[in-house]
Amino acid sequence: MGNKQTIFTDEQFEAYQDCTFFTRKEILQLHGRFHELAPHLVPLDYTNQPDVSLPLALIVSMPELKENPFRHRIVEVFSEDGQGNMSFNDFVDMFSALCETAPRELKTIYAFKIYDFNVDNFLCKEDLEKTLNRLTKGELTPEEVNLVCSKAMEEADLDGDSKLSFSDFENMISKAPDFLSTFHLRI
Amino acid sequence: MAYSVDFNLSPIMELELESLRGDDTAQDSMCQLIRVTGTGLESGSPKTLEMDVLTTESRDRLASQMSDVRERADERRLQRSEESMQTNLLVRNRWSAATLRVLSSMPSRSVGQQSRLEIISQCNIRSTQLRRYHRQTKDVSLSSRPSIRGYGIEADSEDVCEEETKRQELVNNLQSLSAGDRVRMLRAMPLSLAEKTKLRKLAFSDKVGQSILSSQVPCCSLLKRTLYHILFGCLFILSSLQLWQVALKRLGGRFGTGVLSYFLFIRTLLLFNVFLFLINGLFLVLPQAIHPPLHTPSSHRVTGLELFTGTGYLSNSLMFYGYYTNSTINTSCRPAEATTGTGCGTTSDPHMMAYNIPLAYFFTIGITFFITGIVLVYSMSKSFGRSFRVFKSQGNLAIKIFCSWDFKVSKKMSVRLQSENITTQLKELLSEVKGGEEKGRLSGMAVHLLAWSISLGSTFFCALGIHCFAKDMHLRRLEDAEGEVSLVHEARLLALPGVVSCGNLLLPGLFNLMSWMENFNSPIVCLYVSIFRNLLLKVSILGVLCYHWLGKIAAEPEQHGLQCWESFVGQELYRFLLVDFIFTVLNTVFGEFIWKLFAQGVLRRRRKPVFDIARNVLELIYGQTLTWLGVLFTPLLPAVQILKLLLLFHMKKSSLLVNSLVAFLPQSSLLVNCQAPRKPWRASQMSTLFISLLCFPSFLGATVSVTYTIWTIKPSSGCGPFRNLPFMFHSGKQWAQELKSTNPKLAWLNWVHSCLVENPLFLFLMGGVFLMVIYIHTQIVDGQRKIISLLQEQMENEGKDKKFLITRLQAIHEERQYPLSPSSRPQPQGSEV
Repeated sequence: MGNKQTIFTDEQFEAYQDCTFFTRKEILQLHGRFHELAPHLVPLDYTNQPDVSLPLALIVSMPELKENPFRHRIVEVFSEDGQGNMSFNDFVDMFSALCETAPRELKTIYAFKIYDFNVDNFLCKEDLEKTLNRLTKGELTPEEVNLVCSKAMEEADLDGDSKLSFSDFENMISKAPDFLSTFHLRI
Repeated sequence: MAYSVDFNLSPIMELELESLRGDDTAQDSMCQLIRVTGTGLESGSPKTLEMDVLTTESRDRLASQMSDVRERADERRLQRSEESMQTNLLVRNRWSAATLRVLSSMPSRSVGQQSRLEIISQCNIRSTQLRRYHRQTKDVSLSSRPSIRGYGIEADSEDVCEEETKRQELVNNLQSLSAGDRVRMLRAMPLSLAEKTKLRKLAFSDKVGQSILSSQVPCCSLLKRTLYHILFGCLFILSSLQLWQVALKRLGGRFGTGVLSYFLFIRTLLLFNVFLFLINGLFLVLPQAIHPPLHTPSSHRVTGLELFTGTGYLSNSLMFYGYYTNSTINTSCRPAEATTGTGCGTTSDPHMMAYNIPLAYFFTIGITFFITGIVLVYSMSKSFGRSFRVFKSQGNLAIKIFCSWDFKVSKKMSVRLQSENITTQLKELLSEVKGGEEKGRLSGMAVHLLAWSISLGSTFFCALGIHCFAKDMHLRRLEDAEGEVSLVHEARLLALPGVVSCGNLLLPGLFNLMSWMENFNSPIVCLYVSIFRNLLLKVSILGVLCYHWLGKIAAEPEQHGLQCWESFVGQELYRFLLVDFIFTVLNTVFGEFIWKLFAQGVLRRRRKPVFDIARNVLELIYGQTLTWLGVLFTPLLPAVQILKLLLLFHMKKSSLLVNSLVAFLPQSSLLVNCQAPRKPWRASQMSTLFISLLCFPSFLGATVSVTYTIWTIKPSSGCGPFRNLPFMFHSGKQWAQELKSTNPKLAWLNWVHSCLVENPLFLFLMGGVFLMVIYIHTQIVDGQRKIISLLQEQMENEGKDKKFLITRLQAIHEERQYPLSPSSRPQPQGSEV
């Protein structure tokens, strides 16, 4: 394929293949998707690593993310500046961490970050409530939400500080074999 | 398992301070306190853990002034609720700077910290562990306290040069690992891609060092790796071709992981069949096609029916067993000279390449079955490992919140449905938790007994019916064979497959009716019961048919008027496969339509039909079993199955998308009409169950019958590659003996052959070893489960320890600060709450 020479150097491909779970073809596919989000901003030639980042609003307009209730958090977590402006590296990172072959530990770390809405490295009750509201799209009454969150906190909080630290979260995820298949975005 | 950690501090406190009791209020205040302290700490930058520069005393003075007001209010509350001194300690906000510093640098606070230093250090530890594991040295200190997770670092220093040294350490560690491990470590690091590329550049720059170190890797892992590549290389290449990637994505996005697993299963079966087809084609069909045997041309009327019945001109084609000769093909031989005897190469040069067809037939079938078996068992064990759950979780609300949203679903409608689904499930779980009563159901023993007896009875009668019908068909065919061969007589051959397919279609409906009547409490139990009944039906049908073919027809072929019983059996299987496919098509196209009418008319509900995953998968497995049974008699049957699977995939996909099936539950439609949507079956367990059903009843049964055929049934003397042999496996034996006589150097092969293939002791030994390995693994898993529960207990105890230490620290500080104040000294007696 002649395209490959003009988009990425071989060294870049090697780096991508070693650091992510993607093959050459998939990297090119990702580049295509990134490019079509903003054809006038994203250059076709990435050999000299241009510093182009797309704003959050463009990224969440992708069909894979458009209807996902956590799309803003996902993009924020993987963006370098935490605000949602993604460079191509962040873009690849996001799909690599959410791909099928990513190991459980990696997915758990990122899931924790995504569900942590106030970015305090703990899943407190407010985080849980926000997650629940996004899941159910406001179908539960506030009383039910409260009850569900306190019950969930009770189940998962092991050290009794009424917040879920990362180890609590990890322990809970380890009991859910579905996590690997549901926490998965296909590109 | 939902366990609640009870933070009743009484046992510990009583032992140590002899005065204190804790209760819920203490816990609440403690929690509030920690939260307040926590937010106070983390309101600034999350990276700084050190306290500000205030002297201890001034800070405490300030804190004490602020908390005096709170203290008065607290004391009033305390007096009212008769709390003990220990709770005074906890409630007061006069935490010393020492306590706060200790609290802030607790490892559990810093786990999951996103600072780069933490991540690099953690990766450092892991890579060191990996390196040490390879060099086989033990490092006890790293694993002594699982709660600290082998950190071994100070959590409060954040120098830039510290980061640099850590990074350099990490790079060194990476360089000392093997290439594969390095890549794996890099990929699993939760750093951003830019950082990883930098690390990689540093680590991979030293190519010389890498080659030296890689040679130190033990040779057995290299051997393992090469074997792995050779053995599974072909299959992985095929799967990485990403067949139907776009279609699968659309299906997953629209209907979720459950329905997607059905289509992924179709893809898996397709790969198995492609493998079978390629091997058979290459080693069996192709040589015979290039050197076709001499046949007396028989006149057959070419009607379209031959395609369905497999008779007529097809019966003397490559499709069926009867076509294959028992000759040895020599490459120099011209096809015209090849006879049905030993071939034309006996007098020619013995070093010419001779291709022994019977031997090829025997070994090809054997080896394909062996490899398929290995691949199945391997994928089954991998699937089991992925879906293994240590605890049976009940009331798993937290898991439902965090793990139930399927990120693959992307269509608006499906997303809305998914969120409705989750809402309903949460409401159900909540009602269970609240302890609400379940609706009264007819779950009496009598109903269960009735349902089971009806199901088993119907299965039995179905099998009996098929048995009688088959016997009747044979008699009728015998009569027909004496007369003229007419179209009606040939069409009658399709009667038995038709009846069997009808049974396969109607009886599962009856089973669903039974399930609806029984109204199981747990949908999982309902599902397993329905799968078991369906499986029993299919196994009994196949069992009856195999008995007919192998037990009756094969044993006395002349009685049934057959010259070539193997071809006949092959044709029967071909017919079964085709008719099954036709009925599936009819059911998919018309069955949904009829169900919609029924639902609207009788049940008066505008329900859309449901995609019954379990039933469809069992049909797939049934088809695959037929293929495996038939491969011995019809080497091209996998090709038919491939076509069938391809058509099935596209047909099911279009029917799903056209009908926009709504509920993707594994139960059938009858179950869904009255109740709210049940908890969906866990997706990972689905694929595990499918693969294990494929392996155990299906593949095992096929292997057993093929083995039985090869070992105990006399092949027909008029046709096929094994004619004039007492048993089929004698071809291998003959060849081994020939080898011994012609080439004494290869005599050991004969010995190997006689040991492995003919001696049953070897098989028993293998079976024994296999069982032992399984037993050892189950014991290991049991042991690990026990360790996990012990570790969980340890975690609870550590939590209690932590609470104790904090209160103790605070107590000591207070004693030191206010040695003379009597109000703060813990009283030896505490009041019972």
